[in-house]
Amino acid sequence: MEKRVIFKGWMLPALLLMPQIVITAIFFFYPAGQAIWQSMFVPDPFGLKTQFVGLGNFEYLLNDPYYRASFLTTAIFSTLVTVVSMGVALYLAILADRLIKGSGTYRTLLIWPYAVAPAVAGVLWMFMFNTRVGVVSWYLGLLGYDWNHVLNEAEAMGLVVAASSWGRISYNFLFFLAGLQAIPRSVIEAAAIDGAKFWTRFRTIVWPLLSPVTFFLMVVNVVYAFFETFGVIHTITSGGPQQATTILVYKVYSDGFVGQDLGSSAAQSVILLFVVGVLTVIQFKFIERRVHY
Amino acid sequence: MATLTLDNVRKSFGATDVIHGVDIDVQEGEFIVIVGPSGCGKSTLLRMVAGLEGISSGEIRINGKRVNEAEPSARDIAMVFQNYALYPHMSVFDNMAYGLKIAKTPKDEIAARVATAAKLLQLQPYLDRRPRELSGGQRQRVAMGRAIVRKPAVFLFDEPLSNLDAKLRVQMRLEIKQLQRELGVTSLYVTHDQVEAMTLADRMIVMNAGVADQIGKPLEVYENPQTEFVAGFIGSPATNFVPAGSVGVSVGTTVGIRPEHIKLSAEPSRLQARVAYCEALGAETLVHLRLDNGQLVTVRQGGHLPLPTEGTDLWMGWHDASMMVFGEDGRRINAV
Amino acid sequence: MSEHSGMVQKRGIGHWFTHLGLIIGVLFIFFPIWLAFVASTVTQPEIVRPPMPLLPGGHFIENYSKALFSGVNAPVALMMMNSLIMALGITIGKIIISLMSAFAIVYFRFPGRTIFFWLIFLTLMLPVEVRIVPTYQVIANFGMLNSYSGLIFPLIASATATFLFRQFFLTVPDELTEAARVDGASPMQFFWHILLPMSRTNIAALFVILFIYGWNQYLWPLLITTDPSMNTIVMGIRQMFPSGDDLADWPVIMATSILAMVPPVIVVISMQKFFIRGLIDSEK
Repeated sequence: MEKRVIFKGWMLPALLLMPQIVITAIFFFYPAGQAIWQSMFVPDPFGLKTQFVGLGNFEYLLNDPYYRASFLTTAIFSTLVTVVSMGVALYLAILADRLIKGSGTYRTLLIWPYAVAPAVAGVLWMFMFNTRVGVVSWYLGLLGYDWNHVLNEAEAMGLVVAASSWGRISYNFLFFLAGLQAIPRSVIEAAAIDGAKFWTRFRTIVWPLLSPVTFFLMVVNVVYAFFETFGVIHTITSGGPQQATTILVYKVYSDGFVGQDLGSSAAQSVILLFVVGVLTVIQFKFIERRVHY
Repeated sequence: MATLTLDNVRKSFGATDVIHGVDIDVQEGEFIVIVGPSGCGKSTLLRMVAGLEGISSGEIRINGKRVNEAEPSARDIAMVFQNYALYPHMSVFDNMAYGLKIAKTPKDEIAARVATAAKLLQLQPYLDRRPRELSGGQRQRVAMGRAIVRKPAVFLFDEPLSNLDAKLRVQMRLEIKQLQRELGVTSLYVTHDQVEAMTLADRMIVMNAGVADQIGKPLEVYENPQTEFVAGFIGSPATNFVPAGSVGVSVGTTVGIRPEHIKLSAEPSRLQARVAYCEALGAETLVHLRLDNGQLVTVRQGGHLPLPTEGTDLWMGWHDASMMVFGEDGRRINAV
Repeated sequence: MSEHSGMVQKRGIGHWFTHLGLIIGVLFIFFPIWLAFVASTVTQPEIVRPPMPLLPGGHFIENYSKALFSGVNAPVALMMMNSLIMALGITIGKIIISLMSAFAIVYFRFPGRTIFFWLIFLTLMLPVEVRIVPTYQVIANFGMLNSYSGLIFPLIASATATFLFRQFFLTVPDELTEAARVDGASPMQFFWHILLPMSRTNIAALFVILFIYGWNQYLWPLLITTDPSMNTIVMGIRQMFPSGDDLADWPVIMATSILAMVPPVIVVISMQKFFIRGLIDSEK
């Protein structure tokens, strides 16, 4: 899309663009370039100088069982977060959409967690399930279930998924509700007159009409689970136990800052860069399609 | 007051010409309407006069002064846009005053000029309102007011009535005409609506595919179309065209006859056709007949005449003088 | 008439089940927050001897004033101030530079325009989390560790807001620009008098989204603020947990968690209309 009307000259637009260009160059392109550059070096054992290894870091990473495990962990984690947060949100949105009055009130109530930082969400859930003082874990103990996410890998994963999904429900709920409310009443009423029961109506009419929203949310939630859940993981499990919750972004951090392995961390950054690139392309393909709807 | 001259004005986008050399001479205080179908280049031409589009070659002069390179605001023009282009966040007063404020006109003069325009347009009660709080007709008036307060040499109108409903359009048409008479400002008005063109214009320009086919007083253009296109475009219902040979005309390729010039009778005459259907409108009746080759011809006759029965064969007749004969290039051959 | 349940409106029992379902959902969403609030109003012994109470206690003022004015490593009031400066810095900085560059990209043609557009656009893709190590080094080289500018600038370097304003500017009718030109407005006059006032709603919506984005940053402040007095509240909570087996000061930590939620929640709830519109428009 282009404007028909334009102003002349190049000095003014150059001045206007300057701040963004400068900031982006210094704090974005330079570091991104550095990441690519560093990904091709390894420090010598004394840390005095670095040695060029070409794609060696990548080769090493892709053969590293820990890195591969982290890939798998990320896949499981993001799938679960996406499915759980979207499922709960869709359920609530369908209920809220049934109300003529009051859906706004519920929306206001359900919007809260969006404002809660992932790291804070992590602290809240860690508190509930804390092995010493947690309320939920204590009641689970009464029921004979010995909750310990510090030692149990599956429970650790379950907890970070729950905390991450919890913070995401609001966002998905808003989009699903908007999507549902955008479906013309008359279409659904026509189906009702045709004799379709609730579930049939949902399956044959609502769900297909909602699919653009669903697809969009899937991509966005995967991106969220990949990159924005660092705070949840760091506060609840620190990637443990036995790296069971070390997702890729967490590994970039722990290898780079905790392990001081800059070459490997940079190579991981580059791989993530690539992953984000693919996700963004998918998202834009989708947006384009939507424009032509 | 001013004159406006377009001298062999051309516009091309890359290799495609959209305006093929247009010449117009607008006299002081004259109301000129450019009419044509969508895509004929009429809006582009107007925007070139306004300075919103560049001119590929030729010259535009306002009051004899070349303005090709001048900024829109330096051309001493004012423009009324199709969708009014009112600033949505400004009050009616501020919308009208904006151009004057930019030009650093003294505050009291701005107030006085806006007040005069508002009075003229009956907008006084609405000066504090935002455009979205106004009706379509009122917005239209604000757009006019914004043009008036600048006291320009030339008014430019770009299909200003096309967003209004039919009734309001008729009313606003009259108001625009009255206003222009009162102010006496030279005006260039673009429309696709031939009724607007006929009623508003001192002289009208019929444009077709980037060419000004004909320039003249509305009735002259109606009575004496110079091209097949003009004959077909001006007049409703449209002129009937039949092959010249089928009505015994040896020169030219096509003959045009206006619906009101055809007489129907049972007696053998020029052309026979079968009545397809009739539309009785009260004062007049439109009779649609089908020729042997399947083509439909429309005849307009007085409402008092008996309705022909559908399916009967009738003869159509007309005077020689009402025949418009066009050559292969679409130009009139038997011009008066 | 037969009864149709579901998205066709009806009264009666089903109606109440709908409310019931939603109320359960709301309770589920609120439970973690409620529990944190309760924990912030009781004493440490009440918490460490499970189960802790589920109704608020009487130590609200005590716990909150302890958190706000002494905290664990740094007073929480100070951390909140840091968070506020960071969030506002990111929000306002990003809005200003984005408005400017979007205006340049949409309303001008100049050599390299497409390249600039794509360069800026590329940054849409990369969250700061992906490039933390090299970005950290840049900040360290500039001596910007433990500084507000170090907290703010790297997070401004992304194009989301530029992209949004571009989308919005493209929907502003061309005729308005033409009318302004006929009225004699210069490009900057058009920007100030017409484009900016028309963007108010978008700016408000973006304000909400960016404020929350800025306030909720975790990893970046964690890396570059080693000095407790520069900690932001969201990252500071984690710093309050003792290393090793010492017992965490739960009432103060939970009070801090609640305090960390209050500003963004206030912003979201009070500007709900803009926020929802902005969110849904922006992601389309």
